[in-house]
Amino acid sequence: MTYLEAIRAGLRQEMQLDPRIVIWGEDVGVRGGVFRVTEGLQQEFGEDRVIDSPLAEGAIVGVAIGAAIGGLRPIPEIQFGDFIFPAMNQIVEEAARMRYRSNNDFHVPLVIRAPIGGGIHGALYHSQSVEAFFAHVPGVKVAVPGTPYDAKGLLAAAIADEDPVLFFEHKAAYRSLRGEVPEERYLIPLGQAEVKREGKDLSIITYSLMVNYALRAAETLQQEGISVEVLDLRTVRPLDQARILETAKKTGKVLIVHEDNRTGGIGAEVSAILAEEALFYLDAPIRRLCGPDVPAMPYSPPLEHAFMITPEKIAQAARELARF
Amino acid sequence: MVEKVLMPQLGESVTEGTIGQWLKNVGDSVEKYESLLEILTDKVNAEVPSPASGVLARILVQAGETVPVGTPIAEIEVAGEAAEVAPQAEPAPAAPSPPAAVVDAPAAPAHPGPTERGRYSPAVRRLAQEHGIDPSRIAGSGAGGRVTRNDVLKAVAERTAPPTAPPAPTAPSAPVAGAPEPPREVAGVAPVPAGPVEPGDRVEPLSNIRRVIAQRMTQAKATVPHAWIMVEVDVSGLVALRERWKAKFREEEGFNLTYLPFMLRATVEGLKAVPQLNAQWNGDSIIYKKRINLGMAAATDRGLVVPVIRDADQKNLVGLAHAVHDLTERARSGRLKLEDLSGGTFTVDNTGAVGTMLTYAVINPPEVGIVTMESIVKRPVVVGDAIAIRSMVNLCLSFDHRVVDGADAARFLNVLKRHLESLGPDSSIY
Repeated sequence: MTYLEAIRAGLRQEMQLDPRIVIWGEDVGVRGGVFRVTEGLQQEFGEDRVIDSPLAEGAIVGVAIGAAIGGLRPIPEIQFGDFIFPAMNQIVEEAARMRYRSNNDFHVPLVIRAPIGGGIHGALYHSQSVEAFFAHVPGVKVAVPGTPYDAKGLLAAAIADEDPVLFFEHKAAYRSLRGEVPEERYLIPLGQAEVKREGKDLSIITYSLMVNYALRAAETLQQEGISVEVLDLRTVRPLDQARILETAKKTGKVLIVHEDNRTGGIGAEVSAILAEEALFYLDAPIRRLCGPDVPAMPYSPPLEHAFMITPEKIAQAARELARF
Repeated sequence: MVEKVLMPQLGESVTEGTIGQWLKNVGDSVEKYESLLEILTDKVNAEVPSPASGVLARILVQAGETVPVGTPIAEIEVAGEAAEVAPQAEPAPAAPSPPAAVVDAPAAPAHPGPTERGRYSPAVRRLAQEHGIDPSRIAGSGAGGRVTRNDVLKAVAERTAPPTAPPAPTAPSAPVAGAPEPPREVAGVAPVPAGPVEPGDRVEPLSNIRRVIAQRMTQAKATVPHAWIMVEVDVSGLVALRERWKAKFREEEGFNLTYLPFMLRATVEGLKAVPQLNAQWNGDSIIYKKRINLGMAAATDRGLVVPVIRDADQKNLVGLAHAVHDLTERARSGRLKLEDLSGGTFTVDNTGAVGTMLTYAVINPPEVGIVTMESIVKRPVVVGDAIAIRSMVNLCLSFDHRVVDGADAARFLNVLKRHLESLGPDSSIY
């Protein structure tokens, strides 16, 4: 099952179990979404539960917040993460703060789905990584699944969560990643990282599509005699501090990989945790391999390739760190 | 608070020391100045007093390991009220160079090598400290020779690995005392292999002091071209002098007057007359020492010790007698301080005390000579044209022929001879 099919299966399964779940967004109904994630859901659950919305992200999220407070479990879709910014005010100012500001009288059980990331020739407005903006905000959770299995389990947990969750799907993973996904329902708790590969020479801490790339790099390095551990964060808020420290203490060398640009990224937060809590276990400077600090993903294929993190780039950075 | 115990500076040219044995265990309480451990240096061992009262919290360097001067070797949890007074108020008495030894800095690498050799990651520092390992002594496998975490872990694993079993003795009944460590070579010379262990033989592993003595002796004999001469001295006058003063001296000073102070006094005269013997070989130069610091070899039940009388030329006979008495007493009770054991410029060996007539002593480099005073015996000798019974003694000198020629060496012994023979019952000892 592909990453995309896992998400669709998860949506269908949750909608079958819970009639309060409604989906709306641009082209999610008749067309089944631009990536076809919601394909077939309108036919199955009807126009009242899978709704095509106007092209207005602020309204999509704003309406969803009201519906959530009113008792539904809305799962709005933002067609591309790049377009989530018109809804920023709704997410940060309303959804994230609602429980706190109403002293627990209201809460917002809302899952906002949006594809992120590049590498699909999407250029400036269809390639951005936006997770770090939201990871900064107390009151929301941010899931960034890296495998089909995790995508379905995290989605179930996000829907079950009583507070707003941003669910960021990597669009390059939709059809490129395949994996075993059980038919029965399962939940992967938000805030639990997972060691995707055990190793002893260094740790790669990453998430989303880069988990797969890191695993491929680890495979390459295995043949060179370098043993790489890969930790998949799975959610970037909350961060699983215990597992981050555990892997760092185990190997003493940490390479943080994300496609999002470097400055103020998730890697900075992970680095700070390590510096604060694991200094005396570090055998090498913490290293980050990130997207460059340029305004956006270029359209030109060579430039896009230069921007993107690849398994080869990860292997090279890990190799250097292992040699240190 | 925690007081760090650092490897003390044992002498100007000494850069490292070996832990002989810990006299206290972790958790033991220890008084300030109480002996804490033994350190091996040159051919002697010495006890290091505790710099503070408290509890020995951690031992950072285990017995048998050699670490650079200034390396933390233990931590003492300073006792409650002592904490106010003890810290750094005064340097540890065992530290002749206080700035080097009492600095409370964290283990700065004593041997900074190429850039990456002296720089340690936090993980390496932590592991090295936890396991009492000096990272500067570990071969680095990282970039630029950096010592990595794995290098430290490997060193720890190697250290704690059980010693390899000794070759099976030919006779299984041979009682082997403990498992000897794998033989470590003491100098760069191929050792002659021992014969087979036969029934009834006892195999005893080298003690640390034995190992150091072996190393120093091999080095001295292998690198210093020894030459040897002897004179015979009529000390009848000296014997009479001592007889005359014996009782009074004991009464006034509280201990017995021996012949050794006279010998030391004579040696000072000799060194002043022949400075070539108060010198050090320095590869492409010779260092003539200004100070005259006399080492006096003494056998104790803890092994050979050579405490040093500093500025022996500035002491009169009674002063020398007191110095000899003091050092001998402390050597026997194991209370010598490290500064008592270093800085010698020449050595006097009172071999007469063990009943010998001739000794070919081994030089203690970088010194260039060692003189022995043999047993004083009554012998028939020709005096003028008569035969008389006189108290005679042999003085033997081993000297480094690179620095000292035979004529100078003979001149030196003759100065001693003349000096000792000039003494008589009427000479003054004060």
